Amino acid sequence: MKQFGGPAAFIDRNDINTDEIIPAKYLTEITKKALQPHLLEDLHLEGVQFDPHSLEMQEARVLITRSNFGCGSSREHAVWALEVNDINVVIGESFARIFRQNMFNCGILAVELSKTDLDRLFALKGKVGVAVDLEREKLTATSGDATVECAFSLNAFDKKLIGAGGWLAFADANY
Amino acid sequence: MGQTITEKIFAAHLRDTPTPGNMVLDIDVIMCHEITTPIAIMDLMEKGMDRVCDPTRIKAVIDHVTPPKDSKTATQAKIMRDWAKRHNIKDFFDIGRNGVCHALFPEKGFIRPGNTVIMGDSHTCTHGAFGAFAAGVGTTDLEVGIFKGVCAFRTPKSLKIEVTGTLQKGVVAKDIILNIIKKLTVNGGTDLVIEFCGPVIDAMNMSSRMTLCNMAVEAGATSGVCRPDLVTAQYLWPFIKDEYQSPEQAAEAFCRWHSDADAHYERVLTLDVSTLAPQVTYGFKPDNVKDISEMEGTKIDQVYIGSCTNGRIEDIREAAAIVRGKTIANSVRGILTPATPAIFSQALEEGLIKIFMDSGFCVLNPTCGACLGMSSGVLAEGEVCASTTNRNFNGRMGKGGMVHLMSPASAAAAAITGAITDPRRFLD
Repeated sequence: MKQFGGPAAFIDRNDINTDEIIPAKYLTEITKKALQPHLLEDLHLEGVQFDPHSLEMQEARVLITRSNFGCGSSREHAVWALEVNDINVVIGESFARIFRQNMFNCGILAVELSKTDLDRLFALKGKVGVAVDLEREKLTATSGDATVECAFSLNAFDKKLIGAGGWLAFADANY
Repeated sequence: MGQTITEKIFAAHLRDTPTPGNMVLDIDVIMCHEITTPIAIMDLMEKGMDRVCDPTRIKAVIDHVTPPKDSKTATQAKIMRDWAKRHNIKDFFDIGRNGVCHALFPEKGFIRPGNTVIMGDSHTCTHGAFGAFAAGVGTTDLEVGIFKGVCAFRTPKSLKIEVTGTLQKGVVAKDIILNIIKKLTVNGGTDLVIEFCGPVIDAMNMSSRMTLCNMAVEAGATSGVCRPDLVTAQYLWPFIKDEYQSPEQAAEAFCRWHSDADAHYERVLTLDVSTLAPQVTYGFKPDNVKDISEMEGTKIDQVYIGSCTNGRIEDIREAAAIVRGKTIANSVRGILTPATPAIFSQALEEGLIKIFMDSGFCVLNPTCGACLGMSSGVLAEGEVCASTTNRNFNGRMGKGGMVHLMSPASAAAAAITGAITDPRRFLD
């Protein structure tokens, strides 16, 4: 099975919508790769400068955010924009339904944690790495000597999709 | 325990229960447009799976950027066109016959009570107005829908909103749904289907019910749904007259989908709209909603009347009633986009297009265009738009632009004065 985890980038805001993840003007692209330079390019965070091309973002394999990530449009381009930037896990308090399903349909992880657990992750200082144990539904975030462990639970069907490598492969085999 | 309308539809379409809590449904109507479908088509081709489950269940349209604005959008349209031809998809709508999907497909009678509907478009929830389960999905779900005719959902949960009271003149469905989104917030409906009911909904025409259901997703909901009744049957009558003896008899038959009195809801809300004022959004989230009185005087640069939310004939009439005989403010660019050719044609016949043109509006062909900032009315940095669309996200209609969502009447009033204005000032 695919391995999940890696260096993390943090985006401390609720309700990040799919227009912010990938603006509509790029929806005319017909390859996923073409979305790569434009991930989160217009994201605005209150009082903080967000640089989508920062070293933290470039190295990130895991995105840690807040609630209702991926709200708005159904565009799977939002998930592909993450995928082609090698991000394989998004961790948040909650996700918009279509975005969450698009993640699992593509065989990548949307992990929901409580606000308390997210606060513990956001409190970590310096470079943070996240290891995901899918079998035991546990993730470990490490930064220097500090370690935060969180349990999560995946919907049984979403877990099957991860195992199958996505919904198309699962549906082709079963229906 | 009784069932909700959505539970009844799920039960009638159940193909598989792959895990407890998840249901794979047979899908009656698979809708496709040129923004989210071409990548699905190309992926199926690459994988040697370029087949369609049943061409009669597929409805396809080029609507988001039409006519194409550049070679990329022309290519997207071409991929759709070639695919529809290759698979003998008869219900394919190209330039001249195309319109905004969520206005065009209902008009063609494609959605019936009790149907399951998916599309790679978040505003697919619009079709819940017909008493169907209609959900926006991503490209992979769409791809599986095209290929296998199925889609997976979690076991449905519902939120009931009973709308009571009497609407004041100048207050419409758009104001109700904006107020509901304000109350629910942008994720208050996540993983829920919003069932709209009560005397105000019963008295609404299909156009208003579509406006209501259209924005259910802005509260995070999986879909919105209304009870199919005589209004539904009368709207659909040209398409169902061979199946039923009369609209009344059709309405009677639709009762099989009605929620049972003892159905379970996660949450029940009652909204009395008797004192509701016109509503307007102010920030970058659709739950940032205020009474129009708090926003009056906000200067605007552009007015946009159109989209799957409010581009129907009833919306154009509502706006025309305010614009009639007046000239729009010098500082304002007015854009009207009737949502389908039939609506455009009807508006011409009723003299409404002339009213808009005489007032200084530009009238465009049916397209989604400016609503999502792709074409036909994109904003410049710092510009403000009074819009009848559904999303006010930062940059939605153009980078650095601000969108205030409102009803067609409110947008028309803003066009006349150049600032956000209570439309009731123009009504006697």
